[in-house]
Amino acid sequence: MQSINHGDTEARRLFDFSVSSWFGRLGLWFIPFTFLIIAFFYPLARILVLTLDPQALTTQNLLLSSNVLLFTFYQAALSTFLTLLLGLPSAYLFARYNFRGKSILRALTAVPFMLPTVVVAAGFSALLGPRGLVHSLFPLSSFNFIGTLTAILIAHVFYNTTIIIRVVGNALSSLDPKLEAAARSLGADSFRVWWNVILPILRPSILASSLLVFLFDFTSFGVILLLGGSQFATLEVEIYLRVLRLPDLPLAALLSVIQLICTLLISLLYTRVVTRSTIQTAPRSAESNIRKPKTMREKVLITAFALLLTSFFFLPLSALPFRSFFRLEADRGQRGEVQYGFTTDYYEELFVNRRGSVFYVPPIQATANSLGYAIATVVLSLLLGFPAALALAKPTRLERVLDPLIMLPLGSSAVMLGLGFIISFGAWLSSPFLVPFAHTLVALPFVIRALQSAIASIPERLRQAAASLGASPLEVWKNIDLPILRRATLAAATFAFTISLGEFGATLLISRPEYPTIPVAIERFLSQPGGLNYGQAMAMATILMLITLTSILLIEKFRIPGSGEF
Amino acid sequence: MLEVHQIFKTYEGKPLLNGISFKVGTGETVCLLGASGSGKSTLLRIIAGLEDAESGFVSFNGINLTSIPPHLRDFGLVFQDYALFPHLNVYDNVAFGLRMRRLPSDEIAERVASSLEMVNLTGFENRQVTDLSGGEQQRVALARALATRPRLLMFDEPLGALDRTLREDLLNELRRILHHTDMPAIYVTHDQEEAFAIADRVLILHNGEIVREGSPAEVWVNPGSAFVAGFLGAGNIFEGTYVGSSKVDTKFGILTIDCEHKHSKGENVHLLARPSAAEKEANVITGIVTDVIFQQDRFKVTLDNGLYVYLQKAPKVGEKIEVPLKVECLA
Repeated sequence: MQSINHGDTEARRLFDFSVSSWFGRLGLWFIPFTFLIIAFFYPLARILVLTLDPQALTTQNLLLSSNVLLFTFYQAALSTFLTLLLGLPSAYLFARYNFRGKSILRALTAVPFMLPTVVVAAGFSALLGPRGLVHSLFPLSSFNFIGTLTAILIAHVFYNTTIIIRVVGNALSSLDPKLEAAARSLGADSFRVWWNVILPILRPSILASSLLVFLFDFTSFGVILLLGGSQFATLEVEIYLRVLRLPDLPLAALLSVIQLICTLLISLLYTRVVTRSTIQTAPRSAESNIRKPKTMREKVLITAFALLLTSFFFLPLSALPFRSFFRLEADRGQRGEVQYGFTTDYYEELFVNRRGSVFYVPPIQATANSLGYAIATVVLSLLLGFPAALALAKPTRLERVLDPLIMLPLGSSAVMLGLGFIISFGAWLSSPFLVPFAHTLVALPFVIRALQSAIASIPERLRQAAASLGASPLEVWKNIDLPILRRATLAAATFAFTISLGEFGATLLISRPEYPTIPVAIERFLSQPGGLNYGQAMAMATILMLITLTSILLIEKFRIPGSGEF
Repeated sequence: MLEVHQIFKTYEGKPLLNGISFKVGTGETVCLLGASGSGKSTLLRIIAGLEDAESGFVSFNGINLTSIPPHLRDFGLVFQDYALFPHLNVYDNVAFGLRMRRLPSDEIAERVASSLEMVNLTGFENRQVTDLSGGEQQRVALARALATRPRLLMFDEPLGALDRTLREDLLNELRRILHHTDMPAIYVTHDQEEAFAIADRVLILHNGEIVREGSPAEVWVNPGSAFVAGFLGAGNIFEGTYVGSSKVDTKFGILTIDCEHKHSKGENVHLLARPSAAEKEANVITGIVTDVIFQQDRFKVTLDNGLYVYLQKAPKVGEKIEVPLKVECLA
């Protein structure tokens, strides 16, 4: 008896939520991909076309581009070197020693990575700037920090040290301590152990983390603009200048293409290093080579280094809220007796629509704008991210082709996304609706990855067990998938929310003056004279920092254990 | 009554199930026994409706189930890795199927309690399933499947992930529960001891076909083929040439065999010599002892000619011994 069944295919397909048919797959991809084509690939194409303009490829432009490129490489390489200088000993400290406050210190080093660039810039300004705490403590000192290359480099180290600590630290703590013992028993002294055994094994992880740090330094924008100023023209800053200050869109396009090629090459190199290095690690217990410092020398060294790390990461972060509550200079136009010291004026002033305030927009309005954009970004990126994550959780050949395309926006810089929007959707720039789309473009890869790993982590067996107990496909989705994915969805939403709140580069280019976001408003206040404006920048940056820190805590809480870090 | 009709299924171009048919009657426990990769789990999934057969169909009480989706088949399924819902506690896991059937909450409470009692987990209601041991998790999975009182219970290597003692305990409980209820059951395993302990009827799957079917005792006493005898570990398997009047020429000499089948002279015959010493001395084979392994109530003795036997007293390695062996023919 031969009965080929086809009557049940429909029901089965509904049940089999992994959607195996081509048709179903295309259905999942339709909306996210349409979005990417309109919001990313079309603008990218417009930028490419503009680059081919005879106006773009002049000798003068190429000369300027190569100079800018050279400086971008120079500062990124220098930043990476300095980050390694602080990161490698830190990684060793965390991977090999137990000491009091270790987990707090480790968390502290990771905080900057998630903070918006304006907050970090405001933090360094509050500590070391001409209107900052150190300057008011030593009013006669004549050192300059803001507007120097040093400021840029230090902020980059501040941002990215955590990458070295995590990547190299993981490799270091998964290193078999027996290898060291074996090397010693074969007659190697401690230097030889390091040089001939440990460093060669760590090399892929050092290389990988350095490339990642280099990539972030290469595309850094907010830190360079706010702490260095526009005289430090990296590719990003120069694109921004050629869009807003000295408009020359063909040149901006040319710079963007150069930037994109460079970031893609670096990413490619990174991927190759990572895939090659994964062969090296052997699983073993992580605890066995962690110990407490024993000798006096060890104790002193470790305490000193831990204190150095603490102050480096804590001071800029704490200077910001401190400065936002302390009047150190007169407000603009303020005469007579000035009340120095503790004040809540800067916060109260946020609610005041003071005439003379930038573009007549009170800061509280910028906060409302930011929240509105962030909520729109959350909704949009979840709507677009869910179907894509669903498809990517069970990849077929189609997904293997689409996956890198979906992740491509990560490789292009924020300023470039802004430029693409300006070229492609210039007519709509006066409306506030472009900003959430740009933010969604930045957030989408993160949202997809977070959801995708959660969906993939639900064993198919659970759905089958539920079905065998009588749950219909809809009930399976409602009772199994949704409750399990709730945490991941919340984490992804918080991610999108945080990214939108802190996004600076693209927003600076496309936001309307009458609809500023918090970071854009902070940038404006920072560049205004007068103590009140500066104080308000501090107050807003403090608020943004608190929101971001809360979000980080929430994401950590929602995160499914063991679902990866970067 | 469950009926499986001529199921065909290929895997990566090769036939995996090659026309499988069998029945499971009321209250009967049928065991699908086969090596890994023999397609027994796939067959189970086809019966559950989680996978499609390429041809053939499954029916229950005469109704073809092909177009019935898995959640409407009312077949309970117990997985090797338990598949407990991590976001629900023990009570809610067991109550899941009852809620899907929209039973009133007092009946749900009653049935959950009686199911948990059946698997000796009374008092575990509010525990998180992730905090339970492997054995406890499998009990919850069993209670969850029992609670809905399905028309058929299916087990996919349910004890595979547990250690030996736990396995024996749980196996005994399973036996007790299956004997007490009228539920027909299909039990998939690769472990013959498990199969023999629990099954009313054993089906041995090999190369996509059922190569032997019968009660555990029948299958053991009469394996019927060299493959089944080898798979069950029934004893020494070798070949010989039939020379007439119940005699076979083998590498151990001319042996007298015990055989119900008729063989013609010169025919190649598969033979089985069980390792337990024969009561009447049918054949005596000599050999030099190469290995002696202590096995609780006996010694497994290996000889230089490749045979192994079970003896009550341990000989010395290197000693030349005579063993009486009964030799049977396999089909």
